[in-house]
Amino acid sequence: MEEKEVIIIGGSAGSIDVMMQILPNLPEEFPVPIILVLHRRPSIGNLSEIIFQNRCKIPVLEVEDKMPIMKNTVYLAPGGYHLLVEKNHSFSLDFSEKVNHSRPSIDVTFESVVDIYNDKVIGILLTGANTDGARGLKLIKDSGGYTIIQSPETSMMPMMPEAAESIMKPDQILNPLEISDFLINITKKKCDCCA
Amino acid sequence: MNNEAINIINDNEVELLTDHIFKRYGYDFSDYSQASFKRRINRVMQNFKIPSFAELDHKVIENEQFFNVFIEEVTVNVTEMFRDPAFYKVLRKEVIPQLSTYPLIRIWHAGCSTGEEVYSMAILLKEAGLLERTLLYATDINQQVLEKAASMSFPLDNMKEYTENYINCGGLFDFSDYYVAQYGKAVFLEEFRNRMVFSPHNLVLDQSFNEFNLILCRNVLIYFNRDLQNKVIKLFSDSLPVLGYLALGNKESISFSSVADNFETINKQERIWRKKK
Ligand SMILES: C[S@@+](CC[C@H](N)C(=O)[O-])C[C@H]1O[C@@H](n2cnc3c(N)ncnc32)[C@H](O)[C@@H]1O
Repeated sequence: MEEKEVIIIGGSAGSIDVMMQILPNLPEEFPVPIILVLHRRPSIGNLSEIIFQNRCKIPVLEVEDKMPIMKNTVYLAPGGYHLLVEKNHSFSLDFSEKVNHSRPSIDVTFESVVDIYNDKVIGILLTGANTDGARGLKLIKDSGGYTIIQSPETSMMPMMPEAAESIMKPDQILNPLEISDFLINITKKKCDCCA
Repeated sequence: MNNEAINIINDNEVELLTDHIFKRYGYDFSDYSQASFKRRINRVMQNFKIPSFAELDHKVIENEQFFNVFIEEVTVNVTEMFRDPAFYKVLRKEVIPQLSTYPLIRIWHAGCSTGEEVYSMAILLKEAGLLERTLLYATDINQQVLEKAASMSFPLDNMKEYTENYINCGGLFDFSDYYVAQYGKAVFLEEFRNRMVFSPHNLVLDQSFNEFNLILCRNVLIYFNRDLQNKVIKLFSDSLPVLGYLALGNKESISFSSVADNFETINKQERIWRKKK
């Protein structure tokens, strides 16, 4: 399988905790950009950026409009906007109607990422108490990308990964520690998807 | 569930349509953010059950009435009163007291959509005792949203959320005193509307039309690419005297623009700048 160019992770209730277990394990240099779309209350502001930043070796940035997408960086979707990607590999923010009662919506970003990166995508869907992201993950898979869901039994809210599982067959079903190892292996170029 | 379809229209077709619209109507979308623009076109095709690009192209070009609807759907009009209460708090505390030194205050809301932002501003001005000597110019590319804005009325259902926003931005009065509930609508007081001028204005094509003490252009630039953003920020700079304020949306910036040096930062978090030269 060819090398992937972007990793996109979606999650809702409980997902910040999961990312707190994963991101600190990643090295400072990571070969592809990682994009996070996590539902959170807008009032939290860019607290998450601060929370992650202090604990991680890899830089974690809250996305600003038209920010370029680069490796060695984790990008966090800001609250209150949908996150889209442009052909020249930069972000655009969008304040249109909520999708799946959510803004940012995971489906919206997954679809936009597939439109630009086609089959060069690794999609990961975490814990959550709604069904946002399921359609987008299926699209990633159908377009030739690689897909992972958090195992429902390790999810604080299994609804989100289960919704995905009910409409598609993810390549892997992993617990948070295994997701972490999967990502670390990418830096060593020995994961299943880009071997 | 999300029932948005995957792309029906491809990049080349978006380009073709953009070209046809420009030739037929003079609206230039070529410097809009393509990701959002394409997504919105797909959404129109979905909502109006238009199965192919050819059909969409034909409808947009041949049917001006449909074109107007198309514009309304493609430009994102979502807005709120006192959206981002922290921003309005800074306006109230830091910007409005400075404006009070002018005998006549001119404010421009560029891309005002259905006007919620303009009424929010008018409420702050009234509470500061400045409404009587302020003129609020509110413009948008889209005639339909301007008509809604001028009607003074908003869905009553939204008032609960707006009241919360109002309180969060430091509002001390009873928000419901500012409107009358009528048939599911909240109709705002004439005294606000009397200070407002609504007019079509296209940021892509049109020139500056006045000088302002404060320009707000929130969540409009995100729909433009960097080149167009730069051009529009320059237009704003040209429309501000020294000490005039510029306020953008929460995730927008002037830092990349060719006129960034003309401005000093008043509040980094809330994206407020002031012209210094
Ligand atoms: C998301 S709304 C922002 C409303 C409000 N300022 C806010 O922040 O809540 C974006 C608005 O920009 C307007 N717009 C888009 N392109 C424009 C242009 N070229 N010139 C003027 N307005 C434009 C749209 O019609 C829409 O009403």
